[in-house]
Parts: sequence; structure tokens; C-alpha cells
Amino acid sequence: MRLARFAVFAVLALSARPLMAAGEVTDFTLDNGMQVVVIEDHRAPVVVHMVWYRTGAADEPPGKSGIAHFLEHLMFKGTDERAAGELSKVVEANGGSDNAFTSYDYTAYFQRVAADRLALMMEMEADRMRDLALAPDDVATERSVILEERATRTDSEPGALFREELDAALYRNHPYGVPVIGWKGEMEGLTRDDALAFYRQFYAPNNAILIVAGDVLPDEVRALAEAQYGRLVPSEGIGPRARPQEPPSRAARRIVLEDARVAQPSLMRSYLAPAREPGDQGTAAALAYLARLLGGDAATSVLGRALQFDSQLAVHTSAGYSATSLDDTTFSVVVVPAEGVSLAEAEAALDAQLATFLKTGPDPVAFERLRMQIRAAEIYALDDVGEIADRYGRALTTGLSIGDVQAWPEALQAVTIDDVLTAARAVLDKRASVTGWLLPEGGEGVL
Amino acid sequence: MIRFASALAFLVLVALPARAEVDIQEVTSPGGLTAWLVEEHSIPFVALELRFRGGASLDAPGKRGAINLMTGLIEEGAGELDAQGFAEARDDLAASYRFDVGDDVLSVSARFLTENRDAAVALLQSALTDPRFDAQAIERVRGQVLAHLKSRETDPGALASAAFDRLAYGDHPYGSYYGGTPESVAALTRNDILDAFARTVARDRVVIAAVGDITESELGALVDTLLGGLPETGAPLPAELAFGATGGITVVPFETPQSVAQFGQPGISVEDPDFFAAFILNTVLGGVGFNNRLMEEVREKRGLTYGIGTYLVDSDYSESLVGSVSTVNPRMGETIDVVRGAWALMAREGLTAEELAGAKTYLTGAYPLRFDGNAPIARILVGMQLSGYPVDYVKTRNARIEAVTLQEANRVAAELFRPEALRFVVVGQPEGVQSTN
Repeated sequence: MRLARFAVFAVLALSARPLMAAGEVTDFTLDNGMQVVVIEDHRAPVVVHMVWYRTGAADEPPGKSGIAHFLEHLMFKGTDERAAGELSKVVEANGGSDNAFTSYDYTAYFQRVAADRLALMMEMEADRMRDLALAPDDVATERSVILEERATRTDSEPGALFREELDAALYRNHPYGVPVIGWKGEMEGLTRDDALAFYRQFYAPNNAILIVAGDVLPDEVRALAEAQYGRLVPSEGIGPRARPQEPPSRAARRIVLEDARVAQPSLMRSYLAPAREPGDQGTAAALAYLARLLGGDAATSVLGRALQFDSQLAVHTSAGYSATSLDDTTFSVVVVPAEGVSLAEAEAALDAQLATFLKTGPDPVAFERLRMQIRAAEIYALDDVGEIADRYGRALTTGLSIGDVQAWPEALQAVTIDDVLTAARAVLDKRASVTGWLLPEGGEGVL
Repeated sequence: MIRFASALAFLVLVALPARAEVDIQEVTSPGGLTAWLVEEHSIPFVALELRFRGGASLDAPGKRGAINLMTGLIEEGAGELDAQGFAEARDDLAASYRFDVGDDVLSVSARFLTENRDAAVALLQSALTDPRFDAQAIERVRGQVLAHLKSRETDPGALASAAFDRLAYGDHPYGSYYGGTPESVAALTRNDILDAFARTVARDRVVIAAVGDITESELGALVDTLLGGLPETGAPLPAELAFGATGGITVVPFETPQSVAQFGQPGISVEDPDFFAAFILNTVLGGVGFNNRLMEEVREKRGLTYGIGTYLVDSDYSESLVGSVSTVNPRMGETIDVVRGAWALMAREGLTAEELAGAKTYLTGAYPLRFDGNAPIARILVGMQLSGYPVDYVKTRNARIEAVTLQEANRVAAELFRPEALRFVVVGQPEGVQSTN
């Protein structure tokens, strides 16, 4: 999950009328350690300028949940040179849009503007990397805003509360079990000093990645980046990101959340799963296939065909896997039962399908079809360099290299049926899972 | 290609708007259909957008939700293929088709590789001319729709929209949710679905755009292949009506820590000569982005909400000026007061010269940034046609914004913004806020 600074989220999209091939990628590193990635797309005179920090909610000190995201909001509150809100106003005065987002492993800031405004964006972003200045009143007001954000996006949504509980049960030791937005009680106590301490610890050129995507040339980006970011002094003491890891899992866990606002019961099971590893992306690639084969399109996936078409026990099935994560990630399956079908029946049907799949493996025809679709997706991806920028940002903030990003499409094409089956047998182990039921108050009996 | 005019470029704070550089061709097919095209041969695929005017507002009396359910069934089997066979054929081609419907249009969004173009078009053609509407598929999709309708009954945002629309539009299709009710959807028969299809999908109401690796003559042939077999006409399009809600507050009690409010008043048509002035006014009050008056007053100064926005809604058959906001129950009263205050100030004093200039710079600068991919451009092109804009609109749009004067904007502000006509619908347990009438 990731949270954006405000709800009307600008669509991150850029695309290519190639002078050269669309999606040409160049990378280099500044002397102060700041990594730079340039993605060319000359179809429209637009650029996306992003700075990604290798820090997120999973790097927060205990008891300060939400501080990474709170700081992200406060980064718009001014510097020694600019007043609160001025950066966004300047972006708008230049016809652009800006926003930011926070996840467990990264925090990123971006502007989308006409390509000839890139230098100005860099100047402002470099300024707030080192010279944030926070007025106490601005901090207090913004804390109300993040509490309202939690009220809107989590406390008013039983489905979001359910996922929060599920993650908390799955991760017993690792901070992925703490919500990115924070626990309400801890958010209420976050202070200006907490935010500044987090800022000083993690916001530095040698902990940041600059990604520029759009109608730009690498040499010009390099000159501008050296002028704007190159003058920033790196921080000492940015060490390896060692979070508390999960101990071996021995017990299948279950949670039940009842909420009066739930109209439609559902069940979700999350398993701990490995993520893409530097130089070793094969298992993650196989799990990406597994998610699509089990719970992709309803008409072609294993769960969709069995539960929605054949037995008609479900109105919705899906499976999900987030491959890009610094530490162990999750593989999830969801079933929304049909009218009159209990969650127990739905879960039994789900378990039966998973057991059959683990025995017989995927249908070879379906497998080849999916491989071809994944290859085609690379062509469609060229229409949206914003998405390509996102791929690099997520990978480079989760321990992967540029080489890993570029090897990922091949890793996906190299997956075999046996790989999928091996990965499925390792991951679909209930002992490393939480099964959650989301129900109306009073349980299914009230429906 | 890159335009860093000089190393001093970053000192230039006010932008000269970049120009949207798309070359739109108006294509007439041999069969007489019109399509808008932007050729873009650098990536070997095409994004195709179709819109059928009327959308779910063409539901027959007593059949609310029929067109929505029918739309969910278009891809569930066609010709010789059942739902699974259709999905496999589509995936074999690495094509994608999306069918969607709303109050004003039924939309089809397709994407296919150049190497598979003919087969992908043939498959889509079968869905649009020969959908099966198998009994089993109807029951399956009906189950999904009913689950969705049930969830809306406990979703504060959906409850607020439903109550607001009922007040504003009564018995007109706009007054009710296009998905229908659990009762109306449960009662739909296969004949109702067939009738819904016949009412909606016809040649006389289709709007077409394509962007990508295709030429003018290829597109003309494609359009005839795809749509040549459709019936000439469907159900008559709905009637125009005025926004009917009056000023005041309606509270819909609902147990939740945070109340949701939807508010609005009569709006203005895109065909009105004052539309661009109104568009600028709304941008300053609560439009796109961050630096508008309502975000400043409600979020930045008071921390009352995570987000607030206002929108000029120019539907095909009515216009409104609406907004929405959420806040914890104890603070909804204050939030409503702040919104009303901002409305009254806009009516009384309009904009400052600085705000007008800022909004113009933003709107004219942001416009070219939208044209940033085959799929987004195709969506813009169908939107332009639905609004009745000419093919050169992309080139004249910014000039129309620049032409709005302060005097004109403030005259329109006094006419358009009517604080006494503002209706709030609040879902939740807002403290100290009562229904007025």
C-alpha cells in the first residue's frame, strides 16, 4: 500500500514520440552518491521529475508509526528559502502538478511539468532535501490532516481496517505489520521533533534517487543535476537497512472482523512470500505467474473458473502478489462468496482448488497464453513512461539494481511450469499465513 | 529537441504555455462513419475508444439497471464463443477490451497490437454485434452487480450521492443510480437485457477515436468492419432538465466516525459563452490540484479534512456545480460554514487579478501535459467530440481561457455562485447539524 499526499491523485503518465527508441534508459551517479536514472520519451514536451528516498514506514522508530508519511506531508511546508506551500504554487504557476507518496520501503516526491521547467523543479527539490523549515503551527494543523486522512481512508472503510488487521497478524516481528498511515494513538503524539529527527536521519543525496522521465536528453539532465543536487553534502551514517525479520512461521493464524458497515462478507488469505532479490528474481517471477494463473481474469483463472463459473460459489475471486519489496512480501487470495454461500463453504472450496493446483500444476495452454500476454505488456508499457519511472523507483529503493530492473522482463519470460509449481508449493503453506473473514456485525447469521 | 533555452531558464517563474502538438485527422469511413485519429507509429499498437451516447440513461421504464447489467455481459460470450472461449481468444491476441457505462455514455476502450489488429477487431466486432447473453452468464454477472449494490447501502459516499441526486433530479434517470436497485436488478429477464442492448448500441450515437500505429485509410476500413453491422438507431435520447435541489441541509443518519458531505447548486453548460469564465472561477474555488481557496481554508488553515474539491459537472442533459468533503462528526458544522463562506465571498467579490492570472497560467500550462500517451489522447478525442468541440479545439482552447477578463469573470461569479441555493447532503452523525427542509 502507498499513501499519497492528497486524494485527487495526478495520473503519472508520460509517453514517447521517439527521436530514438521510446523508453531509452541512461543512468549515472553524482559525486555525492545520488543515483540518477533518465528515461527518454520524446512524444510530448513533458517531463516527470521524481526524487525517491530509500526510507519509508518500515524504517520508523518504534512508537512513532506514521512519521514517514507525516514528514512527507510536512515537506510541503517550506524551507529556509521558501514559504509553506510555495513549492506547489510555483509548480502550478508553471502549469505543472506535484504530489508525493509514502510506502513501507520508500518515500517519493514528484512534479509533472513542461520539459523546459526541469531546472526549476530540481532547484526546489534540492532545497527541501536539506533545508526544511517547519513552523510549529503548520505541524499541528497538518497532524489534524493526517488524522482526517486516516479517518477517511481507513476508519471509514471496513475493508481497509480488515487489511490492516490481516497485515498486523501476518507480520509478528517485522514493521510491515504496522500501517503506513500509523496507528491512530501514535499519530496523535507525533511531534515536530519526531519529524525533523526522521528527516535528518534519512533525507540526503546519498540516500536518494533522481528519476527524470520524458522529453529530455541524458547529458542535459546530468548537467542540471550536477548543478542542483551535486552541491548537496552527503550524510554520514546511512547504514544498511536492517529491520527485525520474521521468525519461522509455525502456526496458521485466523482473524475475524465484524463491522456493521459490511454488507458483503469476504475472505482473504495472505501468505508470507519472498520478493525479487538482487541477481535472483526467478522465484518472484514464478510467483507473479502464480497470481495471474490462480486469480487473474475470472474467465481464464483457476479460482475464477472453479468458483465463479463451475460451482458458482463466488461472485469474485482474485490473487495478488507484490514482487518488489525490501523484505519478505505477501501473496494473497480473495474470495467473495455468492449470496447464500457461507465463508466456511467458500474457504473449503478455495482450499480444495489450491490443493488440486499443487498436485497437478497449471494448464500448459493457459501458461503459454499468459507468457505471451506478459511479453505483450512490455510493448503496451512503452505508452506510459511514468509507469516505467515507477518501476525503477520501486526497484532501486528495495535493494535491486538497474540491471535487475532490466533483467526482469527476461526473468518473466524464462519462467517454466515447474518453476511455478515449486514456488507455489513453497509459498502456499498455511503455517505462514493468516486467513481473515470480514463479516457484518453479528456474523453471517444476520444477513 | 530539448528546450533548455539557457542556464537561467529556472529563473523564469511564469511559464509560456507549451503547445499541445497533436495532429488530429477527421476520418470519414467509406460507410459514412466519422472517427478522429492521431497517427503515432513509434509503438506497434492502437488505442481505440468508442462512446455510445445515452448510456444507462436509456434504461426502459421500470428496468433500472438493465443497461448496466447488459454492459457487464458484452464480453461474456459472443458468436461461437462462450465467456471462457471469448476470454481465451482475447488473451491469445494480447488484446484488451473494456466495457463501461455511466449516466451519459456506454464506453468501449480497446487496445491491440499491430500484428494482431484484424483478429482483435473481428473479435470485438462479434461482441458488439453478436453478444450471446447466455443464461448462466446473466446469473453470474447479476450476482456481482447485486453484491456491489448491497455494498453501496453501507457506503457513506454512495449514500450521499444517491440522496443528493434524488433531490436534484427526481424521476429523471439522473435522479437514481444507474446500476439500479437490488429489486430492479433481481427482476431483469434475458429479454430485458436484449432490449437494453438494442436501446443503447447503435450507429447514430457512436463517437470514435483512435490513436497509434494505424493510417487514415486503415482506420476507415476498421471502423466499417467493426460497426457496419450495428443497427442504425436505438432508444430516443433523454430530455434535458434543470438541477432541481434548493438551498438547505439534508442529514442522512449513519453510524460512522466521519461524516461525508456532498453539496451543490445549478451549474453552467459548456455551450454557454460564460463557460470558460466559470471554469476559471471553479479552479480558484476548489478545482484541480492543491492551491485553491477551499483546500487552503478547510485543509491548510484548519486541518478539517484530507481533501475537498468542487466540480463543474456538464452532463449531457443537465449542469451542476458540486463538491464533496469528509470530516469527523464534531467538525462538520464548522466545515459547512467555511464552505458557505467561501461561496458567498466568491459571489460577492469574485477573483483578484492575481488569482485570475494564476489560474490562467496553470490551466493553459497544464493542458498540453494531458496529451501524453496513445490511450490518454484517444480518451481526450472522444471527450471533445461528445462536448461538440471542433477538431481544431486543441489549438484554440488556451486562447479562450486567456481571453477571459477580470470584469467578465467577476460578473459571472456574481451570477453563478448562489450561497442561498447551495444544498448540502450529509451522511453520518454530524454534531449540531440538522436537516433544514
